[in-house]
Amino acid sequence: MGELRLMKGNEALAEAAIRAGVDGYFGYPITPQSEVIEYLMAEKPFERTGMVVLQAESEVASINMLYGGGGTGKKVMTSSSSPGISLMQEGLSYMAGAEIPCVVANVVRGGPGLGDIQPAQSDYFQSVKGGGHGDYRLPVLAPASVQEMSDFVPLSFDLAFKYRTPVLIVSDGLIGQMMEKVELFDTIPRLTDEEVIARYPWATNGKPKGKERRILTSLDLDPHKLEKHNFHLQDKYKQIREEEVRYEMIDCDDADYIIIAYGSSARISQKTLQLAREEGIKVGLLRPITLWPFPKQPIDDLVNKGVKGFLSVEMSAGQMVEDIRLTVRERTKVEHFGRYGGVIHSPEEVLEALKNKIIGD
Amino acid sequence: MAEITLQDIIKPENQVYVKTKLMTDKNLSYCPGCGHGTAHRLIMEVVEELGQENDAIGIAPVGCSVLAYEFMNVDMQEAAHGRAPALATAVKRLWPNKLVFSYQGDGDLAAIGTAETIHACNRGEQIVMVFINNGIYGMTGGQMAPTTLPGMKTSTSPYGRDLQSMGNPLKMTELVAQLPGTYYVTRQAVHTPSAVRKAKRCIRKAFQNQLDGKPGVSFIEIVSNCNSGWKMEPVASNIWMEENMFPYYELGDLKVDGQLVEKK
Ligand SMILES: Cc1ncc(C[n+]2csc(CCOP(=O)(O)OP(=O)(O)O)c2C)c(N)n1
Ligand code: SF4
Repeated sequence: MGELRLMKGNEALAEAAIRAGVDGYFGYPITPQSEVIEYLMAEKPFERTGMVVLQAESEVASINMLYGGGGTGKKVMTSSSSPGISLMQEGLSYMAGAEIPCVVANVVRGGPGLGDIQPAQSDYFQSVKGGGHGDYRLPVLAPASVQEMSDFVPLSFDLAFKYRTPVLIVSDGLIGQMMEKVELFDTIPRLTDEEVIARYPWATNGKPKGKERRILTSLDLDPHKLEKHNFHLQDKYKQIREEEVRYEMIDCDDADYIIIAYGSSARISQKTLQLAREEGIKVGLLRPITLWPFPKQPIDDLVNKGVKGFLSVEMSAGQMVEDIRLTVRERTKVEHFGRYGGVIHSPEEVLEALKNKIIGD
Repeated sequence: MAEITLQDIIKPENQVYVKTKLMTDKNLSYCPGCGHGTAHRLIMEVVEELGQENDAIGIAPVGCSVLAYEFMNVDMQEAAHGRAPALATAVKRLWPNKLVFSYQGDGDLAAIGTAETIHACNRGEQIVMVFINNGIYGMTGGQMAPTTLPGMKTSTSPYGRDLQSMGNPLKMTELVAQLPGTYYVTRQAVHTPSAVRKAKRCIRKAFQNQLDGKPGVSFIEIVSNCNSGWKMEPVASNIWMEENMFPYYELGDLKVDGQLVEKK
């Protein structure tokens, strides 16, 4: 059993970064995730593991520091909240193109614009549809607990290096700020320079003697070559779709109705399940853990099993619901419910919505 | 007597100049007469002479020199427009024993990337920053740059740069020289053999500073031509540069060994 601690989600993410053997964290403060860099600075990770922590001048700089650092084969990470993540989209697009591994955590807050500093899930589109310019996707993990804020850090790095891609951890102000018990994993030692060089031959850390030098770029002025590169990226995304879908199902076996919710909304909806069952309504919860790739198969299976409707519960005006509809293709009812702009729905409100929008008369 | 062939002439003892092996054999994408190619070559010669080919990591910009990575035969990353100093910062911090340099034009370094430039300099990153100032956006077809001279015509200042409405030319090099994080700041040119020799000495000094672990950025501006953007023949553009650019962007060292150079 690993070390148990009572921590905020943001702190768990930061501690996990140190323990996951991250080489560099580059970030810029923004509520509700500033605890990440504050925790890191206080912990002196350079003394603990040799990890570099740098407060950058902006999120634009942080993401491009990730490009530079990730391009050398080191494990690099940043975190921010919605407005800062918007600023990072250019860099993420470049990194998707140049195939640079890194991990970016978004502790989502209400928007659009400066919005507020309360929890929200309104960055779903930006996270799962690419976010920046060009044809690309990023794996997106959605923690629903402080425990997962910790566990998803090493998992994200595994994916980032396996597929040479940026990986997003998308939580929200609730998960980031709330305190829960967390079992911390044991520290994974940072790779030595020699290990990095041996493991990642594509990385630009100095031309190896007697070998070809390496170039990392997202540019190819020849459209046919760039199309070929895009084919390669699409093949990679296909493989991720096939192999990396993650989700959790709660009480779905006998359910007539299914709530689909991730992150905080999934936590809230678990209570709704209980309330509904007390009233004799059989509701199950499908919790996507990867928002991209989206868990289509389990939804399809539930449709085929004859569930009578899906309620997408999100702290947004309805974003994930579009992906559910694309999967269900009008074979059964799909509706959205959620409070937004930083307002959090209650389990009772969710049950009401289920009754009104899905169960009906 | 046997006829003398080309092969007879191309012998090591006859060669007065040999291209560094750290320049690839690719044809440069630059216009004939452009200073970018010379600047590339000087950097690569210095890296080779310092024996650093296996330890150098370069960051290319967005601009005419976006393809610098095709020509400089060391490990290279191609940054987004203006962000090279941020990439270089992380590379150097994570590989303190490597020789890290960025290469940028004036639009890249002094307009869209101003924040990254100032803050990398102000933090005192131990990197070499090479800044090609040609007073114009070459790559996109000759638009006004932050460094465009007063009255200078470009495609977005077709009647000449009007300082009232378009703002003033930005002397980035003077600006970064003031920051405590810069260790060596100089402004050079590469348009004549003597300027090339001088510029090369400065580039070597900059890289040597990094190898010696001197604290802070070594920053080299190269005032260069953009004969295409300026719509001049190469030789005419060099004369125009001497007559117009150099008085505004005075050549010479601005800061050496962390000390500002007194103006005479
Ligand atoms: C975000 C972004 N904005 C604009 C551009 C278009 N663009 C490419 S190069 C360039 C200016 C290049 O000028 P400079 O840095 O002076 O280099 P030069 O071409 O003169 O060597 C611009 C505006 C871009 N590539 N990316
Ligand atoms: S457009 Fe100007 S800067 Fe670009 S290659 Fe031609 S002369 Fe050089």
